[in-house]
Amino acid sequence: MTDDWHPTASIETLRERSRLLARIRAFFTERDVLEVETPVLGHGGSTDVHLDSLCLAATTPAGCERLWLQTSPEFHMKRLLAAGSGPIFQLARSFRNGEVGRRHNIEFTMLEWYRPGFTLDTLIGETDALIRHVLPSVGPCRQRRYRDLFREALQVDPFTTPLGTLRQLAMQHGQIDMMESERDACLDLLMSVMIEPGLGRDGIDVVIDYPASQAALARRRYDPEDGVEVAARFEVYINGLELANGYHELTDAKEQANRFDEDNRERERLGKPPVDVDRRLVAALQAGMPEGCGVALGLDRLIQLVLGKDSVADVMAFATPNA
Amino acid sequence: MANYSTNEFKGGLKVMLDGDPCNIVENEFVKPGKGQAFNRVKLRNLITGRVWERTFKSGESLEGADVMDLEMEYLYTDGDMWHFMKTDGSFEQYAVDKKALGDTEKWLKEQVAYTVTLWNDNAISVTPPNFIELEVVETDPGLKGDTAQGGSKPATLSSGAVVRVPLFINQGEVLKIDTRSGEYVSRA
Repeated sequence: MTDDWHPTASIETLRERSRLLARIRAFFTERDVLEVETPVLGHGGSTDVHLDSLCLAATTPAGCERLWLQTSPEFHMKRLLAAGSGPIFQLARSFRNGEVGRRHNIEFTMLEWYRPGFTLDTLIGETDALIRHVLPSVGPCRQRRYRDLFREALQVDPFTTPLGTLRQLAMQHGQIDMMESERDACLDLLMSVMIEPGLGRDGIDVVIDYPASQAALARRRYDPEDGVEVAARFEVYINGLELANGYHELTDAKEQANRFDEDNRERERLGKPPVDVDRRLVAALQAGMPEGCGVALGLDRLIQLVLGKDSVADVMAFATPNA
Repeated sequence: MANYSTNEFKGGLKVMLDGDPCNIVENEFVKPGKGQAFNRVKLRNLITGRVWERTFKSGESLEGADVMDLEMEYLYTDGDMWHFMKTDGSFEQYAVDKKALGDTEKWLKEQVAYTVTLWNDNAISVTPPNFIELEVVETDPGLKGDTAQGGSKPATLSSGAVVRVPLFINQGEVLKIDTRSGEYVSRA
């Protein structure tokens, strides 16, 4: 007889979770944002170099095909936007291979929403309002520039400091060999070890103006104050926990296709398998997706925060090791 | 030994790091926003007992360490080495040097079972049981009738350890001691 049939969350926690989900749905309904459901399986996957997708062989009308479990509902939701859906939100099961820990589970729930016509600032405001809607006690929200965070914590400029200095700092603070590492890897390490743990300690910290090289599917813009290109992207932190990631969405089909190809070339260079690209997303952008912003929020983490739990497994009926 | 990748790291796994066998105490997967994933790992060096905090790129691997924890009874010391015997009925003996014995020297008692950690079949550390019963060999005379709270005095135990005990304890009494904190628990 094994004992591991038990849920990883208590029944009381699952009741709380259900109440929170209802509150979140009410928040969007009140704002006339349409709830949608999009497929978990798609012909394209995320090419993001730092995400590992799960794929499987499926029998479809087209024969045996390779389908990808979505790492987020982004591509399908953008296709809805291009088809004229207007503002939409989704509570979507998402899958990221290899991500396991106190804050990670391979299968998790993403709360993702898109706001045609919103600026990044307006969407930051709405994200703040949503969090406050379920966590009223949270402290004030402030925006922190990526560059300033590095200057304050490490007295270096992440955009201009020579790579050698960044490597030294990463090795010193991370106790890790980074001699061969690229600039973004060093910045990621320093962000994880030296900056993230201190973010969101007195409220909500929203990090903005990321390096252009970390744009993912966000637009890049020239920042006149810094004299460099930055990514029009934000990340939301509470208690050192990264909660949400928002973009001023890329709508240029050609640029999107280029980023997919760049990603796959980089994957090849790193010895990672290439990912089938979602050509239908590129076609949708070509047809025209309305200008706007979108954000993805880790729902399990938000619930973890609201209920004061130590690990995402504590708020999931069955975390992957027990599933 | 097999290699273990960061996604197999978990508390209790024994791996080699900088030439020393280590026990993984804690492993945390971290990933900033859209960036590269790392594992922040706390490891106890099994030779020195010190805890190291290291970071690995997710997917990196470490060689496993041939480390075993075995239960052994303490037999005797010849002055240089301390001799233990496996409790599995094999009567196999291991000699432990002073460095590996470390602080456990002051909790040694014949015929008591200890956990001896072997690396490549050499003893590298000895852990006493959490509780051990030892006789008081020296302490100030007990205060009659004083069984209430308050006041303590040092007592030397048969193993050589000195612990704080209540005032009513007398020489020759056997006491139960918590070896982790080095504190008096009760009369045995």
